[in-house]
Amino acid sequence: MATHTASLSQPQYSTGGLSAWLTTVDHKMIGILYLLGAGFFLLVGGLEALLIRTQLIRPENTFLVGETYNQVLTMHGTTMVFLVIMPMLAGMGNYIVPLMLGARDMAFPRLNAFGVWMFLLGGIFLNLSFILGGAPAAGWFSYTPLSNTPFSPGTGIDFWIFGINMFGISSISASVNFVVTILNMRAPGLTLNRLPIFVWTTLTTAFLLLFALPSIAIATILLYLDRNLGMNFYRASGGGDPLIWQHLFWFFGHPEVYVMILPAMGIVSEILPVFSRKPLFGYTAVAYSSVAIGFLGFTVWAHHMFAVGLPPLINAAFAFSSMLIAIPTAIKIFNWTATLWGGNIQLRPPLLYAVGFIALFIIGGLTGIYLAVVPIDYQITDTYFVVGHLHYVLFGGSLIAIFGGIHYWFPKMTGRMMDERLGHWQFWLLFLGALLAFIPMLIVGVEGMPRRVYTYGAGLGWDIYNLLSTLGAYMIAVSVLVFLYNFFFSLFRGKPAGDDPWDGHTLEWATTSPPAVYNFEVVPVVKSRRPVWDMKYSSDHHPRRLDGVQPEAAHNLQDVHIHLPPPSWWPLVLSVGIMIMAFGFVFNWIIILVGLVVFLWGVSGWIQQDVNAPQAPAGHGG
Amino acid sequence: MLSKKLRYLRYGLGMIFASLLLAGCSSERPSILLPVSPKANAEANLFLIIFWISVAVFVIVEAALFYSVIRFRGKNAEDVPPQIHGSVPLEIAWTTAPALVLVVVFVLTWQTLQATAAPPLDSMPVLVTGNQFWWKFDYLDQQVSTANELHLPVGRPVRLLLETKDVIHSFWVPQLGGKMDLIAGHQNVLWLQADKAGEYHGQCAELCGASHANMRTKVIAESQVNFDAWIQSQKTPSTTPTNPALVKGRDLFLGNACIGCHMIRGTTAAGAVGPDLTHVASRSTIAAGLLENTSANMARWIDNPPAIKPGVLMPKLNLSQDDITSIVAYLQSLK
Ligand code: HEC
Ligand SMILES: [Cu+2]
Ligand SMILES: [Cu+2]
Repeated sequence: MATHTASLSQPQYSTGGLSAWLTTVDHKMIGILYLLGAGFFLLVGGLEALLIRTQLIRPENTFLVGETYNQVLTMHGTTMVFLVIMPMLAGMGNYIVPLMLGARDMAFPRLNAFGVWMFLLGGIFLNLSFILGGAPAAGWFSYTPLSNTPFSPGTGIDFWIFGINMFGISSISASVNFVVTILNMRAPGLTLNRLPIFVWTTLTTAFLLLFALPSIAIATILLYLDRNLGMNFYRASGGGDPLIWQHLFWFFGHPEVYVMILPAMGIVSEILPVFSRKPLFGYTAVAYSSVAIGFLGFTVWAHHMFAVGLPPLINAAFAFSSMLIAIPTAIKIFNWTATLWGGNIQLRPPLLYAVGFIALFIIGGLTGIYLAVVPIDYQITDTYFVVGHLHYVLFGGSLIAIFGGIHYWFPKMTGRMMDERLGHWQFWLLFLGALLAFIPMLIVGVEGMPRRVYTYGAGLGWDIYNLLSTLGAYMIAVSVLVFLYNFFFSLFRGKPAGDDPWDGHTLEWATTSPPAVYNFEVVPVVKSRRPVWDMKYSSDHHPRRLDGVQPEAAHNLQDVHIHLPPPSWWPLVLSVGIMIMAFGFVFNWIIILVGLVVFLWGVSGWIQQDVNAPQAPAGHGG
Repeated sequence: MLSKKLRYLRYGLGMIFASLLLAGCSSERPSILLPVSPKANAEANLFLIIFWISVAVFVIVEAALFYSVIRFRGKNAEDVPPQIHGSVPLEIAWTTAPALVLVVVFVLTWQTLQATAAPPLDSMPVLVTGNQFWWKFDYLDQQVSTANELHLPVGRPVRLLLETKDVIHSFWVPQLGGKMDLIAGHQNVLWLQADKAGEYHGQCAELCGASHANMRTKVIAESQVNFDAWIQSQKTPSTTPTNPALVKGRDLFLGNACIGCHMIRGTTAAGAVGPDLTHVASRSTIAAGLLENTSANMARWIDNPPAIKPGVLMPKLNLSQDDITSIVAYLQSLK
């Protein structure tokens, strides 16, 4: 629907060439960096999952044992949470949210670039631990005293601590940016009450991160002090208490679950209406239930700690708040189903993934209730039941929604369609793989198998479930290969997409595919929750397609000079400085000084850069 | 009456799981659905209730989802269906419905929690100490100490006082009830009661290091008479060997690093790093349930413990095969 009047003094930055990527402050290129980085780490984390499942394919296997197994296990969890799902969602938010808002960029473009570099360098940093003395091996929640000295003597846990904090810095930067952008930079007429649900969930997530991350930052820094300066925050023998770690960790860790699921729910809430050719059913209920989940998410952390010996009354209170969360979650599922009901449903790949998300997330939600029921939790906490449950939430849930989002927005990002037949194949392999891999985990947990064991005895009746689960994991791997092929094939050979291939509802479909650096030539005026639908259809109960209607512009193109900030090396310099400091904290404090110098150089360059200068011509970095 | 029905339902569910199993390996299932204690029984019953509630919800919600997709699948992509934005009565209905279900679930949770929380007053105390990667059991009333295999009299409530020497472990024997963590600086209490004689598999449930998977335990529930007899035999110091081969084995044991870590009452060995070996031959397994207690296995173990159990605190001591054979012969005489 975009207008293609010849542009005037439109800024044009080159999007090719390494230096263009390294210095970009464009939210779309940054979004793509997030997505590609997270895609790479998905392969790493997926490979780790395959190693784990291969070890467990039969009892008493010796493929990957003991400490090495624990390293792979820890890195699988940490990678999937911090380096795959979070950055995937952040990447999509980065690319899509400003477009949905009708904005030209994020509020703080350089902060945005800084966020993506902290993520990418943090991911490289953490993974280097494999070759620099051993990866962390205390599990993704790194309970003390196991993660403390003397039980984890090497540098693995220190790598983990600073890796987590680099991701934390990245997420805080991104969150500040999302909050300000969403609250301040909406197109005329785009009231909060008309925000796309994906924007609502991104906003909620940003607030969750802002309040939750300080808790893990403090927890990990205290752990570092225990480990390296002989302090005793967590050491009972020195007057500390290992349980403090668990409280601080889960005060972050449970909101973190919603950080990973809410934007995924947002993606699904965007896809369902478009492919049902109807508005979202119960918009207000869906939007407010996201916010409710966000608030309640801070009141349930101790449901991860029912078996640590808290008084039964406390356990019951946390059980109660955990059960409350089921209500807004159920409301969403009902509204999604009602959105499909009565629609003209187009079973194209994005919709398949969205429906697959709901189908599997229901399992995740229902199994969560078992874990909230304290007496049952006493039995099944720390078993494979939990592993099955969390994979239905994060794999069957988040990751499938992410794949849906990729199929949905790929045309917008690249200007080409992904192959739909391959999209169907990938979906069914993924969906059936997720059933085959994770249902047996639920059962084997009930059958008494603890989680995080690298081996198990024959004759306990666990063999068949583990075998099935491993086969499911291989099936998922095949699905990911199909995706990779589809992705690269479509990138170069896909059918041209046009601006609005799905007959979309929200503003990202009102511009070109891919959008120009400045996103919109004319800033659109929004009159409803479905601005782009309004441009195309009459507004009665049985709408007809209108032809040749142009979006109403807030201001005339000729009147505005579009200002975009120039590219900048400083976010990258700053991030490299922090990464060097992190190495210093792990290996030798002298290195911290080197990092500090780089960091300060970055800061001084950053604040002195003239971002209001007239645009540099294409290809020149600043 | 209700509980009888529940038992049928439970066995029904158990059979579904069992039928999924390959033949022959279902005899020792440490399943939470095969409870042998009042607490595990209450937990299994609650599990069942939640199971059937969630199955009902699952079927309804998934059916509605798939029905909508199939029923409203459109042929012509251009058609525009009626544009419906929502319905307040429906929102109220599907907010209230899950809330009501959850009220029921919460009340059941609370009831079971109350009914199973506190140990009966006359329970027998046993101090459980977690170690990387084995369990120490001290029977406080009887003054008996043993490792890895917990003997219990049938029908008698037992109070486990949970402590740890090092990292967090979690004591869990599924058929006897839920787990509880062993945390430094906290003494947690877990009570159990086995209502049926038998052997029950248990396992550490909290990641505790390289051999977390190998930190198993076994509860041996037996009649009061057998239990008392076992206590009596455990109380006596170790047998002093007279057979020269065994004497040689003992001297090798006492002359090696073994004594720094192991206790054999009645000898000079008084270490406390590893399990008490005074009656090691009376145990059916060694190395925390990992190996059957045979001479061959014990020789393999003493020859190279880390090869069997990664991260274990007992080092490879480079003993000759002859010496190992002698030591094993001696240890196997310690009934
Ligand atoms: C540094 C301390 C240390 C030394 C020295 C040591 N052990 Fe051990 N031993 C252990 C520990 C710890 C365990 C428990 C291992 C486990 O199950 O995780 C153990 C377990 C055993 C067991 C199995 C006991 C059971 O019931 O599971 C036997 C038998 C044994 N050791 C024999 C010996 C002999 C014989 C020697 C001397 C040649 C010896 N140990 C030296 C620490 C030690
Ligand atoms: Cu949680
Ligand atoms: Cu353990």
